[in-house]
Amino acid sequence: MNGFPLLTFLTFIPVVGMVIILMLPKEKTSFIKYTTLAATGIQVVLSAAMMINYNYGAGGVFEQASFQFIEKFRWIEIAGLSWLGTVKIDYFMGVDGISAPMVLLTSIVAFIATISSWNISHSLKGYFALFLLLDTGMMGVFVSLDFFLFYVFWELMLLPMYFLIGIWGGPRKEYAAIKFFIYTLFGSVFMLLVMIGLYFSAVETLADGSQVFTFNMLALMDSANYTADGILSPFNPANLRFIAYIALFVGFAIKIPMFPFHTWLPDAHVEAPTPISVILAGVLLKMGTYGILRISYPMFPEITRDLMWYIALFGMINIIYGALCAMAQRDFKKLIAYSSISHMGYVMLGMASLSTTGINGAILQMFNHGTITSMLFLLVGVIYDRAHTRGLNDFGGLATQMPVYTGFVTVAFFAAIGLPGLSGWVSEALVFVGSFGVELIRVLAMISTLGILLGAGYMLWTLQRVYLGKLNEKWKELTDLDGREYAMLVPLTIIIITLGIYPSLALDIMNTSVNTLVDLITTSAPKFLLSGM
Amino acid sequence: MEVGLSHYLVVSTALFALGIYGVVTRKNAVMVLMGIELILNAANINFVAFSRYGNFGLEGQVMALFVIVLAAAEAAIALAIVLNIYKTFHHVNIDEIEDLKE
Amino acid sequence: MDQLTLISLSIAILFLPLLGFIVVILFGKRFEKLYMFEVGVITLTFLLSALLLVVKLTSYIDDKIQYAFTWIDFGNVPLIGSMQIDLGINIDNVTAIMLVVVNLISMLVHIFSIAYMKGDKRYNRYFAYLGIFTFSMLGIVITHNLLMMYIFWELVGLSSYLLIGFWYEKKSASDAAKKAFIVNRIGDIGFFLGILILFTHYKTFTFDTIFAQIAAGNLPFDSTGWLTAAGILIFMGAVGKSAQFPLHVWLPDAMEGPTPVSALIHAATMVAAGVYLVARIFVMLTADAMLVIAVVGGFTSFIAATIALTQNDIKKVLAYSTVSQLGYMVMSLGVGAYAFAFFHLVTHAFFKACLFLGSGSVIHAMHHEQDISEMGGLRKKLPITYYTFLISTLAISGVPLTSGFLSKDGILAGTWAFGSLTGHWLIPIFGFVVALMTAFYMFRLVILTFHGSPRNREKYDHTHESPFVMVMPLVVLSVLSIFIWYSPLPHDSEAGWFLSDWVRTPATVVPAEASFDFMISDNAANANHHITHSAKYTDAMHRIHYPAMILSEIMAGLGILLAFAMYQWRKIDPDKIADKFRGLYRFSLYKWYIDELYDEVFIKPTLTLSSANAWFDNKIIDGVVNGSAKITVFLSAISGWIDKYIVDGFVNFTALLSGFIGIIFRKLQTGKVQTYIVLVVFSVLILIFIISPF
Repeated sequence: MNGFPLLTFLTFIPVVGMVIILMLPKEKTSFIKYTTLAATGIQVVLSAAMMINYNYGAGGVFEQASFQFIEKFRWIEIAGLSWLGTVKIDYFMGVDGISAPMVLLTSIVAFIATISSWNISHSLKGYFALFLLLDTGMMGVFVSLDFFLFYVFWELMLLPMYFLIGIWGGPRKEYAAIKFFIYTLFGSVFMLLVMIGLYFSAVETLADGSQVFTFNMLALMDSANYTADGILSPFNPANLRFIAYIALFVGFAIKIPMFPFHTWLPDAHVEAPTPISVILAGVLLKMGTYGILRISYPMFPEITRDLMWYIALFGMINIIYGALCAMAQRDFKKLIAYSSISHMGYVMLGMASLSTTGINGAILQMFNHGTITSMLFLLVGVIYDRAHTRGLNDFGGLATQMPVYTGFVTVAFFAAIGLPGLSGWVSEALVFVGSFGVELIRVLAMISTLGILLGAGYMLWTLQRVYLGKLNEKWKELTDLDGREYAMLVPLTIIIITLGIYPSLALDIMNTSVNTLVDLITTSAPKFLLSGM
Repeated sequence: MEVGLSHYLVVSTALFALGIYGVVTRKNAVMVLMGIELILNAANINFVAFSRYGNFGLEGQVMALFVIVLAAAEAAIALAIVLNIYKTFHHVNIDEIEDLKE
Repeated sequence: MDQLTLISLSIAILFLPLLGFIVVILFGKRFEKLYMFEVGVITLTFLLSALLLVVKLTSYIDDKIQYAFTWIDFGNVPLIGSMQIDLGINIDNVTAIMLVVVNLISMLVHIFSIAYMKGDKRYNRYFAYLGIFTFSMLGIVITHNLLMMYIFWELVGLSSYLLIGFWYEKKSASDAAKKAFIVNRIGDIGFFLGILILFTHYKTFTFDTIFAQIAAGNLPFDSTGWLTAAGILIFMGAVGKSAQFPLHVWLPDAMEGPTPVSALIHAATMVAAGVYLVARIFVMLTADAMLVIAVVGGFTSFIAATIALTQNDIKKVLAYSTVSQLGYMVMSLGVGAYAFAFFHLVTHAFFKACLFLGSGSVIHAMHHEQDISEMGGLRKKLPITYYTFLISTLAISGVPLTSGFLSKDGILAGTWAFGSLTGHWLIPIFGFVVALMTAFYMFRLVILTFHGSPRNREKYDHTHESPFVMVMPLVVLSVLSIFIWYSPLPHDSEAGWFLSDWVRTPATVVPAEASFDFMISDNAANANHHITHSAKYTDAMHRIHYPAMILSEIMAGLGILLAFAMYQWRKIDPDKIADKFRGLYRFSLYKWYIDELYDEVFIKPTLTLSSANAWFDNKIIDGVVNGSAKITVFLSAISGWIDKYIVDGFVNFTALLSGFIGIIFRKLQTGKVQTYIVLVVFSVLILIFIISPF
């Protein structure tokens, strides 16, 4: 595998697919579909190849040498622009234990979302082209190690998402698409400001000994690289790092989405077509928490330590608030959207603990939520395709009519509830182990356990209303799952059960990196401690 | 009485004034053209007169020849335009030809 | 047989029922007879566990056989060092006995169900569910650490959910299933927090490691308070699963499930898991925690017994009697009578399973009639069911020569000793009063069901004794309710092998200052005694053994006599008493209004809160978002207005002005060459006059 630009292929294979699709005439619908399937399939194969060649002992996080599959070369170079100096931006990609699970998740979810897109009915060409562009954007975010590149991919993903919701969505699609777009863009602006602030605060020493401002994330994590008077430099007594942290956090929090920035999510989910909901819940939400782990934590460890209580507090609010809102919903998709908010709260709670167990739990929860919620949205899609309604009170007794389908529903629901033996529980348990272990946020962790109860409440209530009870005569014609639906549900079920029984399969990937990250934040960042002044 | 420069100039001035009068007062395009011819000829008389009485060599005469040729060409083109106008409007009254105004 | 073989044997015992579940759930649709595979698997599991018990008791009676593997390895954790989570199994005598009890009852219930569930449209799936339940229960029994205990604990919750809601077409069944799961979850949260306290401090979930650390004086966060908290929180799990007050409300509703399920899960095994859990952590319970446990157990047994007095549904009576008996066991653990609690768990499992299956037989015979006011006189129609039912009733009432007598007697003696040593007399009072009520309501049940004349002649005529596969388990279970299996002497359980050799009370590891003084081990008394560890407690138990026995027999006798007087001989009219104590009667009949109370206090406010929350989210939070969008739109409208009328207005004004000027000057612009020429001529003339030198 040496020298093979795996990550570039992984990221840009969808673009190749997109170009092919754009060249095809739009009547060739099945060719377009299979091209998309092939592109995402190759992605799955490549990410599997990545995992096969993955070195479990390498930490990554801040050290270039222990990143894997690195690709780094000069991308943009503008010499001598008066006070700007020389602008040098790298094309810098690599994976470590924090990004590898996300890469894997992205490829799996994209593949399954492609299968689920099979019955998209109009403007296929545009849909699949945008879909693949979105795929590239997502993958790029997770493999970029240069802030500039990260930002480019981050924004790249917005555009196709806007159109995918806005054109192929439900009745209020325009409203939802615009809300999504503007909300996310609002966050990105903060991120852009902080990015530029960081750029002018740190220098990287190049091979020829010259020093240039840098977007290199790894360089930004080392306090030694900061200039004495940079606006975001810890050595500058009048630095704005605290404000920058908050701004950056808001940028990421919108994506998570964190209370009170979450209201775009239910609307987007309700209006988006099923595959896009899957992508949205399965991958896009993870970008917020991933960004915090990848950027906020290592670049601002001292502020992270100061603010951990608040992060945990918002995690707790997310958990309980999301669960309570979910309980009151009458639309199936909205319910799952709010349950997503609740589940992402666990991620935040785990991250806030700054402990190995908590952060491991958080990343695993990101992965698990990606698979479980994807499955839930697919399952809603299945009945929506058949019944054309999502009202929770419109159904009843589907278990009798569609027993196999209900079997999958039961697995997914109980995984979401956090039943041991299924993957969701492991990550939730680790989150609680981690957060309970930290005295500062122990009380918050204890209150958050109420979320487990509320989760069981709304999920079982839904299960009862939709699937149990007497069969509503209206739905006597509904058929059970077909082959295509098996193809998307079975892999997810296998992942959910396997990770529930033996979570080390996933935990081993991330563990070394998490330990490195925890070490970086809590102990070995003495230079950042100075700025606590 | 010796015929001098002033006489020539008086004749050319009269001619010029007549030409201007014709151009300004006539409504018929052909008449206007004839006025223009008068003006040009007034100018020609001036050229020749100054050439004869001034220290200018033959340039005056040459210029007059140019003007005559130009006048011929101009008359040809202008009459062609007038013919076309007549074909289009069935008259050559310049007061009523204002289609290009707006 | 070496230890390794025993370990593989126990692993086989654990996973065989899971195999049964997987096979039947996946292929049950295709093969109609596949349920027999599940029955076969469970029979094999039972035989293996019997073999395991025999080998364990003959070759390794004092050994703890353990096997563990690393489930999650966190590597070198900053500030802590290497950290990993181990899962594993632990086989001691208690485990081995529990394995046999669970598998035996499970097997009998499987066999019983073959006939009972005949004709159900989800027949195979029912057996699959029984398989996963057995798997989960065995997991709880066999584990050597708290985490795995919790995992299987929740899985038991799941299988219970599936089985209670097995007839999910009925709203009441799916309601009951949901209620059971959620109420259990409340207890589980406490359980989980308790585990977290221990893990946070000890970085391990393994029982023995934790206990060794406590014994070495390393307390959680260096305080006995936290140890007490951990004990009580873990006990909360038991409160949920063993249906103790205040979380007992789910168990009576759980009777919506098929009756054999009630026998297996909601009487004999799953609900005993809570007691088993408390027994597992018994050694780390502090005095405060034990007192809480004893009071909760005592109060539960009292409250449930009072409710059972007036119920008319045969299964409801049995359900409340289960709650009451579980309260007994929990109370027994609370007073330190560990061995008797476990003993009662085993004997209760058999006679309660027998009672439930017996009620199943009755219900089956009566074509799903459960109301005892519709029964009566069934003795003649269902003779085998009647006699097995009667034996079990005698056992639960604690009549001599039964297993129940032996275990109940021990518990009552324990509470009395506890009362005399600590002054907490309320607990033995609960114990003895409940003994009276138990005898009363159980015999009320027997008399109303089997004795007298039939109250519903039509139904009575259609009843007939159940088939062999249903009667056989009843006989086996009622035989197991005889004293001889546990002790050669009908009056002295301590003489028996069960208590003298097999089950030993482990010595407490709690520091002396946080424990009851009579729980602290002193070697003199400990030499050949396994019930308690201190001379003080042993003496107290021995001193009151006979008085307690006599008193409990008086109580049981009184109860039985009263039942006969009221329902058999009709000397006392029960309706008159009910009328006289109308308030009390209704209070009991409506289960102390606890369900209604919870509905008002917890469920409705939660739903209201969630609606309020959703409203808040929709109107306020989203309102702010949409509001800010609206404000932006409004501002842009203003700026648009400004742009249009002021900025653009200025531009337009300029244009307008020039236009105005244009209008004036266009008069000159006739478009006629002649006018221009006139103007030119005049202008030239004027110019000539102005600049002319003359």
